[in-house]
Amino acid sequence: MAEEKKKKRVAIIASKGSLDMAYPPLIVATSAAAMGWEVGIFFTFFGLDIINKKKFRNLKVAPVGNPAMPVSVPNIIGIIPGMTAVATWMMRRMVRKQNMPTIPELLDMTRKLGGVRLFGCSTTMGLMGVPDEDLLEGTECAGAAGFLDFASEAQVTLFI
Amino acid sequence: MAKIAIDRELDTKGLLCPLPVVKSKLAIEEMDSGQVLRIEATDKASPGDFVAWCKETGNELLESGHEGDVFVFVIQKG
Repeated sequence: MAEEKKKKRVAIIASKGSLDMAYPPLIVATSAAAMGWEVGIFFTFFGLDIINKKKFRNLKVAPVGNPAMPVSVPNIIGIIPGMTAVATWMMRRMVRKQNMPTIPELLDMTRKLGGVRLFGCSTTMGLMGVPDEDLLEGTECAGAAGFLDFASEAQVTLFI
Repeated sequence: MAKIAIDRELDTKGLLCPLPVVKSKLAIEEMDSGQVLRIEATDKASPGDFVAWCKETGNELLESGHEGDVFVFVIQKG
């Protein structure tokens, strides 16, 4: 049998836990996996929420400090209680209207496609008191050294 | 030119990146080498994406064109 061509690899750091910032790492990851690449995503700081069982279904969009909302929301209005819920509702509606997958659906696709490793940052877990059992099935706890070792073999590295 | 025999069709119309390539990958996994998949897409980036996808996956892009507003790709599994 011919020696299999070494797979390309992409290593991504997902550092943000808002709904809008959860999409880019997962879109890149699923695209790469669809091309047969090896993918590793290191979920760190608030990015850990994306693989936190208690949070991944309810990520939010903050209108404050976000000048790119579909409807412009001045910061002074954005701080009113309930505005984050409104912004999140708007984004969810936009996602549904355009047939975009939800975050849980994208995570599910990474499993179906295979070749995607989801690393939970051990420091973040310690800092924020997130126990192992709060992370989604199939995720791995990793440190920066372990992720760097994985990333050192990657052709593409992204910080999101 | 002789018409290429299609073994499977995939409709990704109305879907945005990354779904056209993700669905194509999942569909082609269930096919045999040499079989032909025809994909319809409306995502504006899909012509470039399918060139890249075929290059990376070793599948062959036999045809890339459009019928009206719909992009059509004919891909043979490598």
